[in-house]
Amino acid sequence: MKDFGYGFGRPIFVFLLVLSTGLLWYAALDTEQVQRGYRGTAMQLVTNKNIQADLIKANVVPEALEPIGEEDLVGEKASEIYENVQVLGDLDDARFNRIMAAITEWVSPEQGCAYCHNLENMAEDNYQKVVSRRMFQMTQTINEKWTSHVQNVGVTCYTCHRGNPVPENIWFTVPTERPHILRMDNRGEQNVAGVEANAYSDLPRDPFTPFLLQDKPIRVSGTEALPHGNRSSIKQTEWTWALMMHMSTSLGVNCTYCHNTRNFANWENAPPSRAVAWHGIRMTRNLNQEYLEPLQPVYPPKRLGTLNDAPKANCATCHNGVYKPLYGANMVKDYLHSLAPSAVGKEGGLSTPVGQEINPVPSQDAPYKPKFVPPGQANLKGGAPKVAGEKAIGPKAALTTEPIVKAN
Amino acid sequence: MSEYQNIYTRVQVRGPVEAGVPLPPEDLPRLGKPGFSNLIGYIGNAQLGPIYLGYLGTLSLVLGLGGFQIIGWNMLASVNWDLAQFVRQLFWLSLDPPPPSYGLGIPPLNDGGWYMIAGFMITASILLWWVRTYRRAIQLGMGTHVAWAFASAIWLFLVLGFFRPLLMGSWGEAVPFGIFSHLDWTAAFSIRYGNLFYNPFHALSIVFLYGSAVLFAMHGATILAVSRVGGDREIEQITDRGTASERAGLFWRWTMGFNATMESIHRWAWWFAVLTTLTGGIGILLTGTVVDNWYLWAVKHNFAPMYPAVWPAGGDPAAALATGAAQ
Repeated sequence: MKDFGYGFGRPIFVFLLVLSTGLLWYAALDTEQVQRGYRGTAMQLVTNKNIQADLIKANVVPEALEPIGEEDLVGEKASEIYENVQVLGDLDDARFNRIMAAITEWVSPEQGCAYCHNLENMAEDNYQKVVSRRMFQMTQTINEKWTSHVQNVGVTCYTCHRGNPVPENIWFTVPTERPHILRMDNRGEQNVAGVEANAYSDLPRDPFTPFLLQDKPIRVSGTEALPHGNRSSIKQTEWTWALMMHMSTSLGVNCTYCHNTRNFANWENAPPSRAVAWHGIRMTRNLNQEYLEPLQPVYPPKRLGTLNDAPKANCATCHNGVYKPLYGANMVKDYLHSLAPSAVGKEGGLSTPVGQEINPVPSQDAPYKPKFVPPGQANLKGGAPKVAGEKAIGPKAALTTEPIVKAN
Repeated sequence: MSEYQNIYTRVQVRGPVEAGVPLPPEDLPRLGKPGFSNLIGYIGNAQLGPIYLGYLGTLSLVLGLGGFQIIGWNMLASVNWDLAQFVRQLFWLSLDPPPPSYGLGIPPLNDGGWYMIAGFMITASILLWWVRTYRRAIQLGMGTHVAWAFASAIWLFLVLGFFRPLLMGSWGEAVPFGIFSHLDWTAAFSIRYGNLFYNPFHALSIVFLYGSAVLFAMHGATILAVSRVGGDREIEQITDRGTASERAGLFWRWTMGFNATMESIHRWAWWFAVLTTLTGGIGILLTGTVVDNWYLWAVKHNFAPMYPAVWPAGGDPAAALATGAAQ
């Protein structure tokens, strides 16, 4: 009865307690949270200061070239001076040369004009030139027709290229393996370690082909309490989930950026960013179908994937790890004539940047410091993106929404 | 005596090797020469062996190992028989059930067939092992409580891999054999059916699961705490309540007003453990067959509250498009 010795028990217990508390404290040091939904719903945007610091460095907007004033105009169209100017031919020569200088800086700063042009004969079409011509059309389409997704920010060549002739984040279809019937090595297009597309998970490794190139159904959850003919399987759910993991990592956000995760399918409690993302999926699918995949015959073999398919775009191509590409900086406003001609001189649209930041936008010099955003407060007026409430924008803008914030 | 107060075993009971009661002539003999192990003495009885396998146990082991092998060989084949990759990717590797397109049909070997064979073998192995626990208990003149507790776990296993896929009309609904893949299945299952946390049987299962842990901690702690006065001799204390039992009961009566008895605490533990998988199995079986979206079900039955909308009512763009098209 005298032995009250604790042996090794107590020191080990105390050590583990201190260790685990310390680790928790250390992990919490670099993390910041912004409330984005009703209290108690755990709708928080979690950010890491160190990751944000790197992202801010990687997302510096290049300075716009000297603007062309009315007095600088040459008075002659590019097509009247040069041969074979098919898309930008209506531009004044001064504006034409300015966008050519800009695209060189954005896309091939090291290779220069010669990346797309035969310097002996600038009019000659090589594959780079044919692709970039189509990319100009694509950029114009995005800026003019897809404001449901890009809103008032728009895109330029730099949004994706970032100084690289080929954007860093592109994708190719992963070949489907069909091994012999007796064999054991069918992985079912999933269960592969180290796949960036699905955030290094065990999920299907190519969620892009069915959803961002083809039009396979993404919605799997039941829309009624009781069975109502929804036959989506668990396996199908994993495909959708893989796409969502890609969106999450491409934007550097967690699920609650777009969903109230108590019920992923429910739209009533979902932030408006979900509708923006919905349009983004349609936009990316449209760009892959109309612009990127049809360029396949143009490319040399070294630019093609294992199935000889053309390089394609996904969310990461533009977003590059940030919830709004370049933290929502509007670069198009300086190049409206070439990249969004139909928006020139119009009230609103792309020419007038509107402060519709759903998140605090870190400035380049100030350290990233998200502020607490209480829901239902005045800041939501500027904070919530007006999905399509105030203005019908884009081809799919037939939304009937009221930009009204209900008091809680 | 005092050594029993510790949170780890410091005393090893060593006596002559115990061979056990004689077996009836129709049974196979017990296997292995019994001996003592200091190491296992730290966590239990220091005597190792003999083991009774019999026909059921042997067959169960063969089938279980066979199924395990099939899973392992499939995983190894999927990394092109590269052992280094097998180790590196082990948590990602998986043997998946057939695609839903096969329904309840027999899939080809390379497209879920191996999964079906492995699943059948492992299921048969588990069922044989259950019969074994039942028969060994009868033979020792025990009650069959262990077998029925095991049966509760088997119920959940069969619901996941057999009953529910059968009702859903697709073997593809079954759980994959793999570390990450079965976890992904679990989360995808919840996402597909509108959040399993709103499934009341899932909630009950969690209550019993966490409750089991709490009860186990309370009971283990109580008995260790009174072992200095003989509390570890639980069976004697049940029939002939001594000072250990008195103290243990008084402790809980004083701290929470009510106390279990030396006997009833084991019924608490048994029921909590059994009900964990029993209710869990019911919850899984109802999912997709009777209820398609547990969140909506919970809202409908005032089981979950609706939160105030803090965002502009954007709604579903697809629904808005459909309405627009209809107009």
